[in-house]
Amino acid sequence: MVQVAFFSFVALTLGSAVGVLLTRNVLYSAYLLLLALLGVAALFVFAGADFLAVSQLVIYVGGVLILILFGIMLTQKPALPTANDPAPSERPNAVLTESRRVWLGVGLALGLFWGLSRLLVGARFRMFDRPLPPATGTIDTIGKQLLTNYALPFEVVSLLLLVALVGAGYLAKKQPETPNRTR
Amino acid sequence: MEPQLSGYLLLVAAALFSIGLAVVLTKRHAVVVLMGIELMLNGVNLNLVTFSQYDPDGLQGQVFGLFVIVVAAAESCVALALLIQVYRHFRTANLDELTSLRQ
Repeated sequence: MVQVAFFSFVALTLGSAVGVLLTRNVLYSAYLLLLALLGVAALFVFAGADFLAVSQLVIYVGGVLILILFGIMLTQKPALPTANDPAPSERPNAVLTESRRVWLGVGLALGLFWGLSRLLVGARFRMFDRPLPPATGTIDTIGKQLLTNYALPFEVVSLLLLVALVGAGYLAKKQPETPNRTR
Repeated sequence: MEPQLSGYLLLVAAALFSIGLAVVLTKRHAVVVLMGIELMLNGVNLNLVTFSQYDPDGLQGQVFGLFVIVVAAAESCVALALLIQVYRHFRTANLDELTSLRQ
């Protein structure tokens, strides 16, 4: 029963990831990315990482995906009043995108996957022969680790978040018009 | 979870990373390239979490995965701010059409 659920989540994750690769519609790929991230969160639960699964849901599905949707909506072309036969990317509300050099990129990725899977199938992880330790809640351990061993990275990450927040706000603000400046 | 399922998780992580790489390399829209990067980061995180379940006292893999998630959120936020500014200037988010660095 657990295996059926596990493999159905694996199929959900990989299927929607392949869908992101195959579809030409940017909006569809955002929604398929949502499904893939949900599948990864479920796989985190199967691997015994409950806190990380919830963080994945909150940060990725609730935050990053909304940001990506904003990015798609804000970079759409407005309707052109005079355009008879515009190029596909020039059409109003064009959310379609094209691929370039498909075979090169896909071939490279397939080669990477072939190499990695040969490595993983051939590898003999002695760790996996041991019986799995009983699954307990991870929040306790993660909280203790964050405030003892990883206190410095924790603070650095908080600083990074502050810098990213201020920097993104500064970058995205409208620059004042400077019409007199020579180009 | 049984040990062979851990092996499958590693394979899934490798597949996610490869698919993300293919998305980054083939797509022309900047937002979709960003999605490919997110997929690659998720593959790496899956790997970290898989190995971390054999380390219940330290959970170093999960803590590292948490940091990866936070850095990915910061990265995508800055990248989208940059993308919006680029779109305001060039009126396109298509990476192949961004050919000049000049103002």
